[in-house]
Amino acid sequence: MQETTANQVAANATSSFTEHLQRQRPDLLPFGQQLGAGAAPVGTATPLQAPHGTTIVALGYAGGVLMAGDRRATMGNVIASRHIEKVFPADQYSVLGIAGTAGIALDITRLFQVELEHYEKIEGTLLSLDGKANRLGAMIRSNLPMAMQGLAVVPLFAGFDRPAGVGRLFSYDVTGGRYEEQEHHTVGSGSMFARGALKKLWRPNLSEQEAVAVAVEALYDAADDDSATGGPDPVRQLWPVVYIVNRTGAFRVPERELAAIAGTIIESRAVAQREA
Amino acid sequence: MTQQFYVSPEQLMKDRADFARKGIARGRSVVVISCRDGIALVAENPSPSLHKIGEIYDKIAFAAVGKYNEFESLRQAGVRYADVRGYSYDREDVTARGLASVYAQSLGAVFTAEQKPFEVELAVAEVGTSPEEDHLYRLTFDGSIADENGFIVMGGQADKVSEAVAAGWQGQLDFAGAIRLALAGLVSDKETTTLAASAVEVAVLDRGSESNRGTRRAFRRLEDADITALLAEEN
Repeated sequence: MQETTANQVAANATSSFTEHLQRQRPDLLPFGQQLGAGAAPVGTATPLQAPHGTTIVALGYAGGVLMAGDRRATMGNVIASRHIEKVFPADQYSVLGIAGTAGIALDITRLFQVELEHYEKIEGTLLSLDGKANRLGAMIRSNLPMAMQGLAVVPLFAGFDRPAGVGRLFSYDVTGGRYEEQEHHTVGSGSMFARGALKKLWRPNLSEQEAVAVAVEALYDAADDDSATGGPDPVRQLWPVVYIVNRTGAFRVPERELAAIAGTIIESRAVAQREA
Repeated sequence: MTQQFYVSPEQLMKDRADFARKGIARGRSVVVISCRDGIALVAENPSPSLHKIGEIYDKIAFAAVGKYNEFESLRQAGVRYADVRGYSYDREDVTARGLASVYAQSLGAVFTAEQKPFEVELAVAEVGTSPEEDHLYRLTFDGSIADENGFIVMGGQADKVSEAVAAGWQGQLDFAGAIRLALAGLVSDKETTTLAASAVEVAVLDRGSESNRGTRRAFRRLEDADITALLAEEN
């Protein structure tokens, strides 16, 4: 009798917000929704039309890691949004960027942010960086049934590992597989072009300013060749969203700094007068 | 089968209330003070890891006296309630009033229906943009809820401590002043005149967390060194 009570208490004690929702309010979870049989089954020619987020780049620099995302969401051949933000702080020492179905990705981001804060409040301590990366992987895995129906979400996760004193980068596949990346990584439709740019622009021990400039230029190159990626927009004054994570925490790079960096890149390309 | 003796409902409730009161008075006091800089929560607690004060949400904190296992389960339930509400509606829709009302209902239900009432007293504090917009709710073991003004003292020799705090309280205190006042209150039932920083647990809800620290989470736990520095400021 006593043992069963102890077992019950232990089984009910969870520090995970997602687990709590799964038990009490499964309807609030962004994934695990039953799509009707008619909703774009596997292999159908016309998948469900929904806004998609595009390119995210992340790279290490001398003091930590940095993540940047363009501002475009597309739906087929139409620009769904020019203002969307796809890079978010996950908690004080980590950030995540999302590519794929925007609606589900934004909800997973929100759930992940609450998950980390919830753990911190219940346990009184921060989750380890590996722990955070694993939780995100589990969420992406939970979304697999919807990914099979064309509503995939692929995140990129970066954080500062405080005990080790280094910035670290994690990429994921749609099945929730988690892979630690070295130096730099990109996801989304323009990722090939951004990766090519990073291979030439990135070098070890970049300073913070250099790293921001490298990330913005990689996104510029992605936007140059991928129609779904938005470049810097001086007309509407829209610049990529860039977050820096170092020993002191995660910070958003101010708009006017990005405007200056983007301006320099556009100017240097115009002066060069070259096709590519 | 043994025959049950008749006990009048009045007697039953009185016995339960006495039982809970005794349990609560055994512990040490907790003081919650609203001041100019925000809300200061001070507890006499030598343990650095078993907390009596906790963060519930962006602007909301929790303080408790009584049995640890009972108020810890209530604290965790509060965090879950707040996080579910904030996730399903919006962060600004989580209020101390809603949380306090849920606590009052659970405490009331346990008091009347369970074998033994909770031997706890809780404070739910919400910091506003000005001291007039601060909310302090006191919740007692039977589910009573009170909206307090200025400060709350719970547990231990609450009457004595409350008198000492009331004598020194004014709305224009800063954090250092409020914490000093709380500490002065906590020693009023003892022979000693000071409490070491390691013997107390102090946390604050910053009124200007967005502008000062760049975060909407106002709750901040003070380390022993922070407390010593803050108290030394004026001396």
